[in-house]
Amino acid sequence: MNAALVADLTAALSADRVRTGTTELGLYGRDASNFPGSAGVVCFPLTTAEVQAAVVAAVRHGVPFVARGSGTGLAGGATPLDHALVIALTKMDAVLSVDPVNRFAWVEPGVLNLDLTRQVTKYGLHFAPDPSSQQSCSIGGNVANNSGGPHCLSDGVTASHVLAMEVVLSDGSVVVLGGDEPEPAGLDLRGAFVGSEGMFGIATKVCVRLTQNAPAVRTMLMDFETVEAGAQTVSAIIAAGMVPAALEMMDQLCVQAVEAYIHAGLPVDAAAVLLVEVAGLPHGLEADVARIVEIGMAHGAGTVRIAQDEAERALLWKGRKTAFGAIARIKPNYYLHDTVVPRRMLPEVLRQVYAICRRHDLLVMNVFHAGDGNLHPLLVFDKREPGVMERVHAAGEEIVRASVAAGGVLSGEHGIGIEKRDFMPLMFGPADLAAQAAMRAAFDPSGLANPFKVLPSPGACGDVQHVPAGAWV
Amino acid sequence: MDLTEFAAAVGGEGPVTISGLGTRGGPVAGVRCVHAPAGIEWVQADEMIVSCGAGTRVDELVAALAAHHQTVALPAGGTVGGALSVGHGDVRRLGYGPVRDVLLQARYVSAAGELVKAGGPTVKNVSGFDLCRLLVGSRGTLGFLGDVILRTRPLPQTSQWFTCSAGDPFDVFTKLYKPISVLWNGSQLWALLEGHPRDVAEQAAAAGLRAGSGPPALPVGSRRSVAPSTIASLTGDFVAEVGVGIVHHVDPWLRPVGDDRAATLAIAIRDQFDPGRRLNPGLDV
Ligand SMILES: Cc1cc2nc3c(=O)[nH]c(=O)nc-3n(C[C@H](O)[C@H](O)[C@H](O)COP(=O)(O)OP(=O)(O)OC[C@H]3O[C@@H](n4cnc5c(N)ncnc54)[C@H](O)[C@@H]3O)c2cc1C
Repeated sequence: MNAALVADLTAALSADRVRTGTTELGLYGRDASNFPGSAGVVCFPLTTAEVQAAVVAAVRHGVPFVARGSGTGLAGGATPLDHALVIALTKMDAVLSVDPVNRFAWVEPGVLNLDLTRQVTKYGLHFAPDPSSQQSCSIGGNVANNSGGPHCLSDGVTASHVLAMEVVLSDGSVVVLGGDEPEPAGLDLRGAFVGSEGMFGIATKVCVRLTQNAPAVRTMLMDFETVEAGAQTVSAIIAAGMVPAALEMMDQLCVQAVEAYIHAGLPVDAAAVLLVEVAGLPHGLEADVARIVEIGMAHGAGTVRIAQDEAERALLWKGRKTAFGAIARIKPNYYLHDTVVPRRMLPEVLRQVYAICRRHDLLVMNVFHAGDGNLHPLLVFDKREPGVMERVHAAGEEIVRASVAAGGVLSGEHGIGIEKRDFMPLMFGPADLAAQAAMRAAFDPSGLANPFKVLPSPGACGDVQHVPAGAWV
Repeated sequence: MDLTEFAAAVGGEGPVTISGLGTRGGPVAGVRCVHAPAGIEWVQADEMIVSCGAGTRVDELVAALAAHHQTVALPAGGTVGGALSVGHGDVRRLGYGPVRDVLLQARYVSAAGELVKAGGPTVKNVSGFDLCRLLVGSRGTLGFLGDVILRTRPLPQTSQWFTCSAGDPFDVFTKLYKPISVLWNGSQLWALLEGHPRDVAEQAAAAGLRAGSGPPALPVGSRRSVAPSTIASLTGDFVAEVGVGIVHHVDPWLRPVGDDRAATLAIAIRDQFDPGRRLNPGLDV
């Protein structure tokens, strides 16, 4: 523990919001990923000025600092390394102002994603990015990870819904990036900050765009005898010129686990189930529903279940959203992966995912954003089994490689963090990585904002140099 | 010309400028000028992406995509590279989103003359920092775009302008669901609606709109970017983009001074990407 840093923090905040107890350090020593870290101190600022004071204190003592929202990140982004100072933004959780006519709001970073939507429901609005973790993840974390969710297919991920932010930089200055005006002067610093995983500075206020609630919504479930048929249906829907609000897929193992958990009458014999939601004005919506059903049937859909009321719609979504809870009944641990492939490659890559997991003797379930080609293979295991973690990591690496080789990318929504840092050379050459490092150097010349994430250290590159040239796209 | 030849033309030394068709300002005068490769490499309609050289004409790209019943949310005219480097949307921005959301992957030539890749080929991608967002609107000062992958969008079944007289633009604006454009000049309002023909007709009727031609001629004295809530108090001869905050005004405009720290941050970025200021020298972003 760094006594001088603690003294500075205590002077600037208050003693009860600067914590060094073993329990707290343990709690804040990692995020929802499997990577262990070590927190030196945890503090809970209430204002921008307190965040500023905490950053200044950390930098004065040469201690790295890590912004933390709710800690639900899955790539180790909020995992402190090297006894860093954890700056937890959870107490900065006010919605500061809402403009319901022009549809934006200024919020503090600790506001939970779903709370924001709840607070603007009365205006007929919502915050479009809806990660499955939306009950617990924070807007600050969404911004830092450029998070997505099922409904980002038609509406776009967080980057499309953030207009501006106030940021504390590592030199202690406070800067506003972007603005509620559409084309602020100069470089798009707001755009650069979104997805910077806490390595450019700490967002202390965020201006988010709000989206109109759709006048009408239709949700349907289609089941297929093969995963391929489901995946081909996805491609065919998009190719027909429709962009549904959501287009999600679950494979058999996943459907069975979910059905055993929520009893929604899901088709447990099907190899794959598609959850399709269409939202908008009534005539366009009905036309889309009819075409989607037709496309599904043409690809061999067994049954098509269209939710008849809001309760049934909620039930169908519950199946999708409780997948993580459901799998806990099968094995105690899971590792959730996140890669993106071109939609047309979904059948091929899914085949490879099954083969990889079979080879490593692991159970895999797939529940994912099929419309975006965003795969989420979920490896389930019991970590008490000797040697299982090695197999989990080996399989994970093969899945990432297969996705990139298929013309995809490393991550669709969880980010790079620690998890995929050393895979970055699969997608980017030295000059590409240098350009990303240059962005960071401009925002954080001190190098103390959440270091050792995203950018591989030069030594780690050699590890993946044998990747075939075709993987570069 | 391929990318390697383009990189060689940019080189690693001496001032150099780039030009498309010159519709958005053209090259820096008196400096050696290069042009980006042109041509559509491929259209993947089922993935809703297209790859082309930055020198490709926007109109050519739009025409090629129309054959696939798709389009791209770039303003008409000039080249793709020019549209991205300037980064200004057109009047459909309310519905189509800003230009910065269109660019998925770029390969550009850096100040050192190297080819650099930013972003990736899929619509959803959070692999590394978002260099693409930084390139859009950077006017070539961070690198010269060589080729790009853009996201496309389906063409609507119907697309129609409507109009009505309106003393308050927000009356109509709040009655419409996801309009593509709402323009207002202080007394008259124009709205572009897209989608199923019956939805379009019903929306228009409910908001008191009648079919009309649009968009109106846009005044060219200045193109202002203001908080969208402030447009109701505009005076003079203007057309404002409701819900967006772009104002086309006959009078010139002095942009209010922005955040000082943001300006020094932008300089720090340029110092990193082009310390010698050789790319489009003298150009202010
Ligand atoms: C069950 C489960 C389901 C999930 N589903 C999804 C999903 O569908 N889609 C998806 O995208 N993600 C999903 N996630 C991942 C995670 O919820 C998101 O990445 C989320 O946005 C993280 O928010 P957080 O507040 O928990 O951030 P944290 O985990 O606390 O932090 C994440 C990153 O943001 C940085 N950060 C946090 N706050 C700030 C700030 N104010 N300023 C600067 N940097 C900051 C941190 O340093 C870290 O790098 C899921 C996670 C779980 C556990």
